[in-house]
Amino acid sequence: MSKHIGLRGRVWFQALTGNNQPTSEDPGTVLATEAQIGEETALFLCVVPDPSSRFPCVRDGQVGLEEAFTLAHHLRRVIAEDREKPKAKKRPVIAVVDVKSQAYGRREETAGIFFAAAASADAYASARMAGHPVISLVAGQAFSGGFLTHGYQANRILAFDDAGIVIHAMHKEAAARITRRSVAELEELGHEIAPMSYDVGDYAKLGLLYKLLQVDDPQHPTTADIEAVRHDLIDAIQDARRGASDLRNRLQSEAAKQTRKAGIAVRAALEAQWQNS
Amino acid sequence: MEKIDFDYPAAKRRITKKAHVGVVGSGDMEVLMEPAQSKGAHVSITTSVDGFQDSWKAVFDRFFSKFDGAVRIQINDAGATPGSVLLRLEQAVEVINQ
Amino acid sequence: MNQTSFIPEFVTRKSFIELDGRKRAQSLFDDGTWRELVGPFDRMESPWLPLQGIAPQFDDGCIVIKGKIGGMPAVAIALEGAFQGGSIGEVSGAKMTAALDLATKDSEVGKRTAAILLLETGGVRLQEANLGLAAVAEVIASVLALRPHAPVITLIAGTVGCFGGMSLAAGVSSYVVMTREARLGLNGPEVIEQESGIDEFDSSDRALIWAIHGGEQRVGMGLADALVEDDAEKIKATIRGYVKADLRPEYRSQLVELYGDRIAALDTSEQIDPINLRQKWNSKTTGGLR
Repeated sequence: MSKHIGLRGRVWFQALTGNNQPTSEDPGTVLATEAQIGEETALFLCVVPDPSSRFPCVRDGQVGLEEAFTLAHHLRRVIAEDREKPKAKKRPVIAVVDVKSQAYGRREETAGIFFAAAASADAYASARMAGHPVISLVAGQAFSGGFLTHGYQANRILAFDDAGIVIHAMHKEAAARITRRSVAELEELGHEIAPMSYDVGDYAKLGLLYKLLQVDDPQHPTTADIEAVRHDLIDAIQDARRGASDLRNRLQSEAAKQTRKAGIAVRAALEAQWQNS
Repeated sequence: MEKIDFDYPAAKRRITKKAHVGVVGSGDMEVLMEPAQSKGAHVSITTSVDGFQDSWKAVFDRFFSKFDGAVRIQINDAGATPGSVLLRLEQAVEVINQ
Repeated sequence: MNQTSFIPEFVTRKSFIELDGRKRAQSLFDDGTWRELVGPFDRMESPWLPLQGIAPQFDDGCIVIKGKIGGMPAVAIALEGAFQGGSIGEVSGAKMTAALDLATKDSEVGKRTAAILLLETGGVRLQEANLGLAAVAEVIASVLALRPHAPVITLIAGTVGCFGGMSLAAGVSSYVVMTREARLGLNGPEVIEQESGIDEFDSSDRALIWAIHGGEQRVGMGLADALVEDDAEKIKATIRGYVKADLRPEYRSQLVELYGDRIAALDTSEQIDPINLRQKWNSKTTGGLR
């Protein structure tokens, strides 16, 4: 699985936009382009590995300082350009997500990667709150700070139903070490405890996904596959436009009402107790 | 993980206040102490450390030998020593006696 | 010796760091104006921890206190660093998000309600992994929804500090207040050492840790707004000042061009000297010790 890191992102970015190169102003780790989706133009964003990055800790596809600010730059540009447009005309943003993690480096910590990540999340959320439909397509891995920076502020999240898709807070080996279990024990726990699972089928039970996409080989999509995914993205865009610009839909699916019922109950309790103070 | 329950029917003094003390940190515990719904006192312990049922009983036998309030006690425990448990219970009693 | 007794300030000073999360949150409010919402007696615990043999906490490690600060409505949401490292799980995350959303709802109809986030946290609770991560994304979203209407103030006092996904919540806040003891970063030293090797970060080097993540550095480089002493009265006064302040015209996490240029100007051929970075980035003369 590790040989696929970061490759699926570029594959799907290319498939959907016809482009797989960064702009001349951007670092080699960020692909940003506008392309047709249905009747409209969308901003497509993707973070990819670049072995020649001047930051050593992002060369395998981690999301670091430059990546976060480049994403934020493109998002704010589109927000500004569409500011006067009616909601129905605000360009969609499509984040193609295949990120190993955030960058783990001293340069990054010194220069405030927490803040860079925050700036990117702010920009994504601002696009969403301004009425742009923000859609994430998880084409590979979506871990932790990398996903918080690039994709987790979306209105709707889609993912392939495939063993190569992993959405999680921490890679298995590190998680096992920190929780003092073996990797086998961790995998076993994941079978019973859906939020701990590394399987995208279990992630779907959390009620956070708009759709699980069926594609035979996400690494090598056929023309038919690409058309089907394009269609799913258009659906997601329309669904996002019909809904609220916040993240409430993540608590409203049938799956969420079941798996996230403790969170839903505590929200209701807080609301009930808030009034009389 | 174990759930352990005890009853102390002789503890009948009416209590009107409630107390919450402690944090479920490593080697520590929290306790909720409230007026009991029925006559007598009832204790429920949730502990991540197995095999200390006797030790818990000894602690509560000792506690209720001096305390006669009809309380419902609920504990979340992550390995507090008997000494720490008694300390937390005493802190809770201080609050309900205020 | 003359009769006038001089009591050194450190004798009367009350430590804020020594207070648990609940007492810290309570200490920020005007006397007699606060109450706790969904506290331990409501017993809304994690449903996931007992399945793994881990003792839950009745408030899931998140304390919500509502009341008045400086006469104005405010809500404080504190993470208890001693419980599971202050990590975010399904329930604690939902408490934080719901409190922020209710503050937004009130603020939107004219009752401006500030939020203070007391963050002692390692980030996502690994025992709840994807529900913790999703909760963090939702907290970030809810901070951003409240921020245009009312101040969102992150207070990091230590000793746990603010790491992991919750550091992004600090990053999007209106104001960040730190003590010298406190630390703020995405990845802690042990994680960096584990992932990238001891040459990248020696996690036993305490001087290095505070030089990079410590409150004095973060304030000095302009990524946090105020450095406070470990003094409950002074912290209360600092928070009150921000609760009552006018809304900022723009927020640091919106300054993409400024910070993008600063990152582009970094010499990455070697590690970056933290003191040097302070000099390059801090254009303000304010933001010192309070």
